[in-house]
Amino acid sequence: MSKIKSISGKRKTVNFFSYILLIVLSAIWIMPLFYVVLTSFRAEPGAATPYFWPKGFTLKNYYNLFHPTSSMPYDFFLWFKNTFIVAVFSCILATFYNLATAYVMSRLRFKMRKPYMNIALILGMFPGFMSMIAVYYILKSLGITQSLVALVLVYSSGAGLNFYIAKGFFDTIPKALDEAAWIDGATKFQVFRKLTVPLSKPIIVYSTLTAFLAPWMDFIFVSVIMGDNHKKYTVALGLFKMIDAKQVNQYFTMFTAGSVLVSIPIALLFISMQRFYVSGVTGGSVKG
Amino acid sequence: MDKLKKESKTNIFKFYSKTFIEGDIFTKLSFIIMGLSNLLRGQIVKGLIYLSLEIGFIYFMVTTGVSKLIGLRTLGTQGQHMEFDESRGIDITVPGDNSMLFLLFGVSTLFIVAAFLVLWNSNVKSAIKAQQMKQAAKKLPGFIDDIQSLFDKNLHMSFLSLPVIGILLLTVLPLIFMITIAFTNYDHNHQPPGNLFTWVGLKNFDTILLSGETISKTFWPILGWTIIWAIFATILNYILGMLLAMLINRKDIKFKGLWRTLFVLSIAVPQFVSLLIMRNILADQGALNMLLKEFGLIEKSIPFFTNPTLARISVIVINLWIGIPHTLLITTGILMNIPEDLYESAKIDGAPPFIMFFKITLPYVIFVTTPYLITQFIGNINNFNVIYLLSAGGPNTNEYYQAGKTDLLVTWLYKLTVDKKDYNYASTIGILVFVISATFALSVYRKTSAYNNEEEFQ
Repeated sequence: MSKIKSISGKRKTVNFFSYILLIVLSAIWIMPLFYVVLTSFRAEPGAATPYFWPKGFTLKNYYNLFHPTSSMPYDFFLWFKNTFIVAVFSCILATFYNLATAYVMSRLRFKMRKPYMNIALILGMFPGFMSMIAVYYILKSLGITQSLVALVLVYSSGAGLNFYIAKGFFDTIPKALDEAAWIDGATKFQVFRKLTVPLSKPIIVYSTLTAFLAPWMDFIFVSVIMGDNHKKYTVALGLFKMIDAKQVNQYFTMFTAGSVLVSIPIALLFISMQRFYVSGVTGGSVKG
Repeated sequence: MDKLKKESKTNIFKFYSKTFIEGDIFTKLSFIIMGLSNLLRGQIVKGLIYLSLEIGFIYFMVTTGVSKLIGLRTLGTQGQHMEFDESRGIDITVPGDNSMLFLLFGVSTLFIVAAFLVLWNSNVKSAIKAQQMKQAAKKLPGFIDDIQSLFDKNLHMSFLSLPVIGILLLTVLPLIFMITIAFTNYDHNHQPPGNLFTWVGLKNFDTILLSGETISKTFWPILGWTIIWAIFATILNYILGMLLAMLINRKDIKFKGLWRTLFVLSIAVPQFVSLLIMRNILADQGALNMLLKEFGLIEKSIPFFTNPTLARISVIVINLWIGIPHTLLITTGILMNIPEDLYESAKIDGAPPFIMFFKITLPYVIFVTTPYLITQFIGNINNFNVIYLLSAGGPNTNEYYQAGKTDLLVTWLYKLTVDKKDYNYASTIGILVFVISATFALSVYRKTSAYNNEEEFQ
């Protein structure tokens, strides 16, 4: 009897310390994000204050984002619109490229299949920023730098290389289904459209969302392509430029307000699809 | 046809000579006049497409292509210079050759030639196929049939065409262009249109790897730090993340989903937000230093990003903030799959918890996540965001060429490209990074069953 008691007593202490540890750790984890939200409502300007809790609260930071003046030329709404347009179009193209390539690699057999997959692996190992200047000059020779079209092309064109996650998913759909449909006289395209696509909703959602999110995150390619034309900036680049060293004190609270507005939808999308994210990353190793 | 296909794989020249000998006059002529065999045997649209593409190609080569290829050899001979303008009686600046455009158009022309060769190859195959089918008295597929086959037997062609064009135009072409730049002297002293640049062979590799100049004294320490960073970032995130996952997975812990979400929030927020905030909090005049001073805990600011050693520790530690939740996400499910009886029997044998961790948990999870670990390691070698957004490579130092103490090879590459315009060195470093990642990945990855038994998985 006493032994059981001591075990449960020991368990209680372990549980107690587990909870303490979790609370401390999650506080550390959340603190910076909480600080962003707090700062976005802070009335006092400046990059930092010698106290944690703001002395005054205001909505001015949010208001300023949407009301550009000649002294504060940053037009958050315009950036948001740019990003949204780019995100929608590049996500449509990228999702199609991604699924089409994945389906072809998973289901069809042709001479260039294995070489294509190897080339995709090899291309992925070059640092992405290596070719950004060349991309810029190619877009320039096509006459489309500083345009949203260029951004759509840049964000969607590589999608045919990121087919591995979707291919892993298609691989799990039994091939017998396809074969049965072929015997019934369906063409391969019909099989794709009427059989594979309806069975693949999760991976389609995942591909669409990741493609949709990419333009919201990138601030490198867009800065190379747009240069100093800040009317064509996306949200990420605009916010990034807002707090470069010279003006961080002036715009920091506005930056945090913009960050909150962008982060909330993105964080919700990410959390809602973390399940797919996990199976995507580990998909190559664990099956079923 | 299958037999032909096999032969073309083993010996492509044998295939052409055999086709040429076996072919009748139309097939033979198709080697020069593309599409003729198809055209005269009733596949009119197909034949006309081949023929018009050939005419277009020849027109392009004669008018521009050939001169672009010649330009590729020299990359321009005439720099920008002053010339006496007789009509106005003054010296004026005459624009010279633009080496960059010479290179870009030259490489593009090579691409077009390669595309034409592929087309020509398919033309020869189609010519002999048309002849054989005619001889066997089969009905030749018309244009409509060909289109229909794109949705069935040749679905891969229609599905892949757009993605492949995108990849060729905006991934492969830029990459080849940049690789060629690694063999030129396109640095900040040789910027077109004012100046020419030209081929220099392997000189850039020699300068960076062996020369003993500042730039090679920068490369080796940065390479060393990149590898140290990648090892620490990968292993610490992995082990600590797994421990956190085990903590949350404990039977008695309630609200598991809530805890996980709290931690995952730090990676759900875009990195340019979360990391820039971290940089500002930890800056010399940042919130943390101000608070600590206010409480009287420190007198001088802690140089989180301005002291070389501390800056390196800072980036590794802050990287835990986004790395641990990643591992938490990945390993939670895997940990729950470990058979419970393994632990039971270990407990009976009296194994302490840390032995169980190293003998059961770790080997099991590593076995399942090897490909993930490889991609993480390579991802960390190329981890641009964390370094660039946190320390921006700083603190800068005069010992290095255009780099700071926390710069990785990729952030250095970025600075050389954007700030300094030393494209030749940037490209050379890009190639070296590729060689490092590829050697590492291939040597490990090719051994895993996921790669070798790709077909068997299905």
